[in-house]
Amino acid sequence: MELKEKLVSSFLAFENSVDVDAYVHDVRSDAFKIFEEKGFPTKKEEAWKYTSLNKILNEDYSVFPKQENALEYKDVKKYLIHDIDTYKVVFIDGKYSSHLSQTTHDGIDVCLMSAAFSKPKYRLVIENYFNKAASKDSLTSLNTAFSSEGAYIHIPKNKLVEKPIQIIHFSTGNESALMLQPRNLIVVDENSHVQIIERHQSLTSNAILTNSVTEIFANKRAIVDYYKIQNDNSNASLIDNTFIKQKQESVASVHTFSFGGKLIRNNLNYYQEGERIDSTLKGVTIIGDKQHVDHNTLVHHIEPNCESHQDYKGIFGENSTGVFNGKIIVEKEAQKTNAFQVNNNILISDKATINTKPQLEIFADDVKCSHGCTIGQLDESALFYMQSRGIPKKEAKALLMYAFSNNVLSSVKIPEIKQRITKIIANKLGVSIGFDL
Amino acid sequence: MLKINNLHASIEDKAILRGINLEINPGEVHAIMGPNGSGKSTLASVIAGKEEYEVTKGNILFNEEDIEELAAEERAHKGVFLSFQYPVEIPGVSVTNFMKTAINETRKAKGLEDMPAKDMLKLIREKSELLEIDRKFLSRSLNEGFSGGEKKRNEIFQMAMLEPKLAILDETDSGLDIDALRIVANGVNKLKSKDNAVLVITHYQRLLDYIVPDFVHVLYNGRIVKSGTKELAHELEEKGYDWIKEEVNA
Repeated sequence: MELKEKLVSSFLAFENSVDVDAYVHDVRSDAFKIFEEKGFPTKKEEAWKYTSLNKILNEDYSVFPKQENALEYKDVKKYLIHDIDTYKVVFIDGKYSSHLSQTTHDGIDVCLMSAAFSKPKYRLVIENYFNKAASKDSLTSLNTAFSSEGAYIHIPKNKLVEKPIQIIHFSTGNESALMLQPRNLIVVDENSHVQIIERHQSLTSNAILTNSVTEIFANKRAIVDYYKIQNDNSNASLIDNTFIKQKQESVASVHTFSFGGKLIRNNLNYYQEGERIDSTLKGVTIIGDKQHVDHNTLVHHIEPNCESHQDYKGIFGENSTGVFNGKIIVEKEAQKTNAFQVNNNILISDKATINTKPQLEIFADDVKCSHGCTIGQLDESALFYMQSRGIPKKEAKALLMYAFSNNVLSSVKIPEIKQRITKIIANKLGVSIGFDL
Repeated sequence: MLKINNLHASIEDKAILRGINLEINPGEVHAIMGPNGSGKSTLASVIAGKEEYEVTKGNILFNEEDIEELAAEERAHKGVFLSFQYPVEIPGVSVTNFMKTAINETRKAKGLEDMPAKDMLKLIREKSELLEIDRKFLSRSLNEGFSGGEKKRNEIFQMAMLEPKLAILDETDSGLDIDALRIVANGVNKLKSKDNAVLVITHYQRLLDYIVPDFVHVLYNGRIVKSGTKELAHELEEKGYDWIKEEVNA
């Protein structure tokens, strides 16, 4: 049975199996209609021109795991940032793992969407925020239709959350192939600050398809730092749909590190609904083999005096392909906007491909907008410089790639994440440089 | 130590070096001078092993071993060092970490363990004092945002750290003010011994007031057309290169 048919036929059963909150029910039903009508995106759509889902949709995915699975902390510890104290919201095959998690209601809510959907005390937040940032495209709608579990994070005003929050999704492979649709809702109220790390990790060679939706609301003067670590195995694919609505004077940044996985599509959307907002979108992609990573960004400048900063670096080896499609819209009212976008790429193999496309739609007349993309090779004279100091070519290349990524890495505010990322980069490049990069 | 025999080298089929003969013995300082485009920097790069250049004829012997087939890093491991005219910027990698990597990779190639951190720190402190380098400077990204003088001083600092047998200084004096020139030259002189050698490549004579050469060679059109002692450098400073060109062309 085709995946779409399977999803269609299981929707009713799904709706009956979960809570029957009327509001959420209506949102789901509407979203389902959109998916039913549009289906999965194809390369005929402009936004999917360079990314085909055909290969990953062919698997016989279970859309609900049949059994609950457990994991031991020691076996998955390496996928967590464990050298600092953090809150953890951990899922195994889409189900919450209380055993691996560490949540809290101590002044802030770090808990579950299933709870938020069913308990009256969350009702107001759900009605005010759930599906209020997400777009109406087919994949997001599909996730909305099946939304039942994920991380629910609500930081009330004037809170500085000292511990980062990790949201981790494991898949175990007890199903032959599994489709997961986590749904996260993050609401950060006035003057509050939170740091979040998200990771999807498959522990199996069976196919995994994750269609994830995260809605983030940064209210007045809130600060949100979000890190996505994408280093999954070669049979796991991820479609990450993230929507960020920012209010006046808020600051939000998303760093996306894409090193592993079969196919990754990042749809990252920012909506600036207030003045003096700052938005940052950064990413480092280092892939090889037949991997495919697609960054599709949107920054919508709606109000005056706001900024956005985009910086994506990509290194593509072997038969890998990369896509960068960065759209910036500056509305007529959004005067004095500063919007910057950079996308630099290095191709280290003749067979690697990168498609990069900036899209600027500017309707205001007093703005500073710039974009630039480069595609090149590793700098031979820099390699020679390092070799002439006794550093072998392989290590020299690794150092150079690290240096290339450094602009993005240097704005990571959690040192443990920076260390983790540099370690992954070193592993990925098969070198040990003698110091922690 | 270094023996270059009838060396011809080209880049993209364009011949740059057309028969270089040069012998450098331990304890000696040689200077190569010459007008722009004569092949000075090419010679430095070819000795250090830059891949873009193709040796079409002749050979380079380093301690009696033909190093033509060796990669740049292998030549470095054997004791060849090139101070670059334009050092490359490497953001995100500090001077200290870069040197640690260079030293430990060289040790690894010799079958040695990594240098203990304590010894490394001591060495770094000692050599940075020699070049009058501030400690803060060492934690900055390699060459990133360095002034011309800082870059060159950092090159000689790296040389001091790696203790090469043959140091080739390619236009190390360009872009240096007189204080930086003095510090750099002083560093080179302190590192000189009877067991190592220095090849100074320069357009001007002023560096040679500080690093005094035993031999001066004039490179023109890819050949060494004249050799002499330090007096030759003075003569070139006074008269320029035209008389050499005339002599050669006649």
